[in-house]
Amino acid sequence: MKILNCPLNGPRNIQEFVWGGEVTEMPDPNRCTVAEWGDYVFLENNTRGVIREWWCHAATNYWFIAERDTSTDEILKTYPAGEVFTVRTDFEVPEEDSKG
Amino acid sequence: MPLALLKYGLSKTYPARRHFPSESDLKSSYDIVIIGGGGHGLACAYYLAKDHGITNVAVLEKGWLAGGNTARNTAIIRSNYLTPEGVAFYDESVRLYQELANDFDMNLMYSERGHFTLAHTDAALRTARWRAEVNKHLGVSSRVVFPDEIKEICPEICLDDDVRFPVLGALYHPPGAIARHDAVAWGYARGAMERGVEIHQNTEVTGLEIEGGRVTGVKTTRGTVKAGRVMQATAGMSGTVSKMAGFKLPIRSIPLQACVSEPYKPVFDSIVVSGSLHIYISQSSRGEFVMGGSSDPYGLYSTRSTLDFKEGLMSHMLELFPFLSKVKVLRQWAGITDMTPDFSPIMGETPVENYYIDAGWGTWGFKATPVCGKRMSQTLATGKVPDILKPFALDRFERFHQVGEKGAASVGH
Repeated sequence: MKILNCPLNGPRNIQEFVWGGEVTEMPDPNRCTVAEWGDYVFLENNTRGVIREWWCHAATNYWFIAERDTSTDEILKTYPAGEVFTVRTDFEVPEEDSKG
Repeated sequence: MPLALLKYGLSKTYPARRHFPSESDLKSSYDIVIIGGGGHGLACAYYLAKDHGITNVAVLEKGWLAGGNTARNTAIIRSNYLTPEGVAFYDESVRLYQELANDFDMNLMYSERGHFTLAHTDAALRTARWRAEVNKHLGVSSRVVFPDEIKEICPEICLDDDVRFPVLGALYHPPGAIARHDAVAWGYARGAMERGVEIHQNTEVTGLEIEGGRVTGVKTTRGTVKAGRVMQATAGMSGTVSKMAGFKLPIRSIPLQACVSEPYKPVFDSIVVSGSLHIYISQSSRGEFVMGGSSDPYGLYSTRSTLDFKEGLMSHMLELFPFLSKVKVLRQWAGITDMTPDFSPIMGETPVENYYIDAGWGTWGFKATPVCGKRMSQTLATGKVPDILKPFALDRFERFHQVGEKGAASVGH
């Protein structure tokens, strides 16, 4: 059994978690091009080495960040997403959508 | 012992022909360089020489011939996909496979077994009906069958309804087959080399020479070679190689594990898959039960084996095949798969001129070896992507034109 240390629930069996992929920066959806949005949605760095990635503890629906080495499967550390995302992102709604 | 055999054994000049000619030095320039000496790269080299007469070709392989995913898949061949694009593509592959042993004059142990995709829910049965209709429309033999007929064709399966996930029906695909995967690669390699193609093992590509957006050469651990056109066929490491060319891919590297049992007498001649239970099984020509399950739950480049995989696989396997309860697992392994968001491959042009890609082979690469080799060789020879490959272009993700095949993936994801 592989253990993942959840910042909220402590060490748990990794089968209780869902992987959310690498933490990447989201472009502004209202201003980026279709290709840039496609890049954000589909393209992967797919890094071999230490990456910062999203995980969710399924039972408590708690999302957090882990640092893991993708060549050795060693989990280096886990911490709440709030340590990286300190500012709330508010999306402006494009005018044509807000009329709806 | 027959005298001829004794003479053969004692002969100093060993009369068997060498399977592969001995290796030569790298030349300074090739018309075409193929990165990756797996099934796909070798098939492409073979068809370049055979169909297009292009033999100034080098296949560069970091390790040894077909030592990656070509040797790690579970050797299933089928064409009962979900999208018309996918069905047309894989159907051409099955037809090429059926003639391949004659082409090579070599026994590939190609064995048509009949392929069941079990349905345990109404939703799965609906997908089976959908696939059967698409398949039938495109001339692929495939139909929905129910427990009485399943039991008739495959008596080993447990169809009791006092289990967690009773079988409601299945998609049955009679041409579903297995073949010896190593032999496929060796056949392509030998056929290519006999026609003049060079295959260089232990030759790792470390970089690309790109001038004005056009590839002109390949840097390797044995020196730099000039190249007219270059193709990467390095499934499992596609992103690492594409980074040398300067572009990202919509691919996550995710391990897929499988195992085989000790050899047993031939008792099981179907291929049975359950996408809901995440299992698939067939019995190889040498009697081993070849078994696989779902992809690993997160991205990784390590080919380690896990107990989680075995536990998850066996709990469902024994429900369907209680007779396996005394069977011992002999080997377990993993391969690193290129998972794309739409469960379809990526073939054709890239942002770099004269640089072509063959990637995104997730859990469906072995069965596509002949068609991909043939059509990519056509692409490399003419510089034009044939219509059958166009839906699988890399830029479909920019255009949001995916080819959704998740419903036809046999492996659970």
